[in-house]
Amino acid sequence: MVFYQDVVLRLKKYWADRGCVIQEPFDMEVGAGTMCPETFLRVLGPKPHKVAYVQPSRRPADGRYGENPNRLYKHQQLQVILKPSPPDVIDQYLGSLESIGVDLSKHDIRFEEDNWESPTLGAWGVGWQVMLDGLEITQFTYFQQCGGVDLDLVPAELTYGLERLTAFIQGVESIYDIQWAPGFTYRDVRYLDEYQMSVYNFEAASVERLWQLFAIHEAEAKDLLARENAPVLAAHEQVLKCSNIFNLLDARGAISVTERVGVIARVRKIAVAVANAWVAQQLEAAA
Amino acid sequence: MKFLLEVGVEEVPDWMLPDAIAHLRAQIKALPLKVTLAEATPRRLAVVADRVPSREPDRTEIVKGPPLAAPPQAVEGFARKHGVDPASLEKTEAFYQFTKRIPGRAMAEILSEKLPPMILGIPWPKTMLWPGKGGARFIRPIRWIVALLGKDVVPFAINGVESGNTTRGHRQLGKKKPVRVSIASYEKTLEKNGVILRASTRREKILAEVGQDTPLLDAHVYLNEWPTALHGGFDPSYLSLPAEVLETVMRHHQKYFAVRGEDGKLAPAFIAVMNRKDDPDGLIRAGNERVLRARFNDARFFFDFDQKKKLVDRVEDLKHVTFHKDIGSYYDKVHRMAALCEDETSKRAAMLSKTDLTTEMVKEFTELQGIVGGRYAEVQGEPQAVATAIYEHYRPLSMEDSIPATAAGQMVAFADKFDTLTEMFRIGQTPSGSKDPFALRRAAQGIVRILVEGEIRPAMPMSDALREFLLDRVRYYFRDVKGFAYDEVNAVIAAGWGDLKDVRSRLDAVKAVRKSENFEPLAASFKRIKNILKQADFTPERPVDGTLLEPGPEAELAARFREVKSRLSGGYASQLETIASLRPAVDAFFDKVLVNAKDAAVRANRLTLLFELMREFSQVADFSEIVTNQ
Repeated sequence: MVFYQDVVLRLKKYWADRGCVIQEPFDMEVGAGTMCPETFLRVLGPKPHKVAYVQPSRRPADGRYGENPNRLYKHQQLQVILKPSPPDVIDQYLGSLESIGVDLSKHDIRFEEDNWESPTLGAWGVGWQVMLDGLEITQFTYFQQCGGVDLDLVPAELTYGLERLTAFIQGVESIYDIQWAPGFTYRDVRYLDEYQMSVYNFEAASVERLWQLFAIHEAEAKDLLARENAPVLAAHEQVLKCSNIFNLLDARGAISVTERVGVIARVRKIAVAVANAWVAQQLEAAA
Repeated sequence: MKFLLEVGVEEVPDWMLPDAIAHLRAQIKALPLKVTLAEATPRRLAVVADRVPSREPDRTEIVKGPPLAAPPQAVEGFARKHGVDPASLEKTEAFYQFTKRIPGRAMAEILSEKLPPMILGIPWPKTMLWPGKGGARFIRPIRWIVALLGKDVVPFAINGVESGNTTRGHRQLGKKKPVRVSIASYEKTLEKNGVILRASTRREKILAEVGQDTPLLDAHVYLNEWPTALHGGFDPSYLSLPAEVLETVMRHHQKYFAVRGEDGKLAPAFIAVMNRKDDPDGLIRAGNERVLRARFNDARFFFDFDQKKKLVDRVEDLKHVTFHKDIGSYYDKVHRMAALCEDETSKRAAMLSKTDLTTEMVKEFTELQGIVGGRYAEVQGEPQAVATAIYEHYRPLSMEDSIPATAAGQMVAFADKFDTLTEMFRIGQTPSGSKDPFALRRAAQGIVRILVEGEIRPAMPMSDALREFLLDRVRYYFRDVKGFAYDEVNAVIAAGWGDLKDVRSRLDAVKAVRKSENFEPLAASFKRIKNILKQADFTPERPVDGTLLEPGPEAELAARFREVKSRLSGGYASQLETIASLRPAVDAFFDKVLVNAKDAAVRANRLTLLFELMREFSQVADFSEIVTNQ
């Protein structure tokens, strides 16, 4: 049996062996591993970077009170950034699948066009969804822009959906039946989290306070960015707060279609400012 | 000599490949080389050319020298400068000259120079930078290049990738290492390494194994290097979900072919296409079945959840769904639509038509809006006519799509599109040039088709701007889609276009009668009449006075006019033929009779005759709009 934690440990080891820094999950709420500074900021500028980390990723609107066997409010991503992308990047990626016990000589693997775009982060890239016997297991993206800034070195971003991948390897129908570790299922470890956070996201969160929080974090980001030698990483954390609050408001059904565009623009504005400040500081440091 | 170019790329989006390889083939053909093969798979673009000369042909160029009258030193100087014997110079009438021979360059050299920009010049719909700023743009990174002229490598490099003589096979079926190729064995080598190079061969293989020729098949041709059909099944209990949902999951989300039984209904089976030769342990089949099960479970979850609140109870919820920020919500929109509808079935369907926008199913499968509403209406016991009207009210989605089949469906479809047009025009969101973000042209085209091809005749209160816009679509439809001549369209529309079915009938008649011998000459005469009336700026004050008619052609024309008028009956074509029979009388009139008579009363009487003739016979079409050679 390949346990969930074996998948995590083996993938980390695999990428560590290929020169990646193994980071711990970023300690704030994010919608995807892409938003963490290890990706969002490090892909900017001319400095090469290689990193891998597991990132719990929150999508409040995807919560299903722990009832849906395939959907989660919070899922785990393994995020790998290879900057610049090596010429054999796809072979390396396929090797990582073999390292967790997928015998590619017996499966059908396919790279289907899937481009990625995050309007709130001013980021986009082109790439594929990697399909294993018809199941999407990885998002593979060549980043082109982040925070509205063209990238000096195009990185490859590999985002593995760890639950799906493990369910596939273990041959189970429901994510909650995944064997996390000997004697522990995914349900044992995470069910309460899914249930209670669904209650919070859909029913209990105070819309009024969320709007207040959004404004507070937005103001904080702006003030930080206005300082000389702005602490960009701190400002970035405020952007992440705003982004998550936006998702919560969305899940609560508190944002009308009309408002939506405006709120996205507000997050995007500070995200782009953070990216620009980061690039400027990098250039200064290099000079 | 033969030439082979293979550009090895990371997986290119399937839908871009046919255009890309056609472009590359044309470019190489223009070198000029005789292209014998141009093929694309997800990982390669390959072109082979035959009978390639080793050098391009030598060229000659005339170099003009000094005039014949120039001093000998100048002539010698000219010859010396170009390294030729002064005695060999040619003389024209005024100048010395000589024919310079320019040896052709080696083909390898030409190809080295021209191939990189040619490859990078392939127009992709969306490109990426690699390895970063300042690098070349392409659809995905190029990973290898084979460029052979005979046995030799044509040397060049793109973004650091150097051309060579080794290719790569299929990711799983081929050798792990680069494989050396020769032009003669290129296709064989690929086949041994798990790649069917020719798209036509891949297509035939899939078609033979799947047995369905749909657009999905073409996607699989370019998604796989060795496509093989894989048959799978699912639990029949899922067949209780709307068939459209199951098909959408299979076709659009999973790229599977749905399977129908002999009764035409969905069978609990699917056909996937895998990029391999076989599935010996059944793992791939089991995997695909599991994925489909998960997707169907999702759909079932949405379906059950949605049934907790009926469509009729969701109308209020539409207040929170914005149609357009300056127009209002869908709640407002369905009320306006219902007001446009002229019967109770359509009104009910219009009110419910947008409620599926609030369902989980449509949030997940947005392409099924309308269809989900229609199916839910059935399940929830709405009358079948209401359910069908909701189901089909987005139609026609394209020029190829058919219009709603039922009158209520046509009415709701009309109301939806007409309301969108009216409101968008009201707030000034009109299409300009290529910009048409709300697809108003398509909406107007849909209305035109429903009115021509359908059975409804709704009232259409319109602003002048909208009327113009719609008329433009009417012209486009009859001219560009239905193929009527532009002057026929102008003639018929000039006689009125309030009833588009009638426009269609009149156009058919004009087209049918146009070739008859009397028609165009009569049209020319009508143009003449129109000009005469226009110049005279004439409006009749009394009917034609028989006593003022001059015996002969004028009286004859008046008599024939009365007779033809009384005989006008039957379809438009026979009416037009009857009118066309006036031609000899009209011709004789213009031959012998002077309209501008000296006697003012006679003149007015003649103009009145022509005026009435024109008015009476311009109700099918305004003949003066017909372009004639006369």
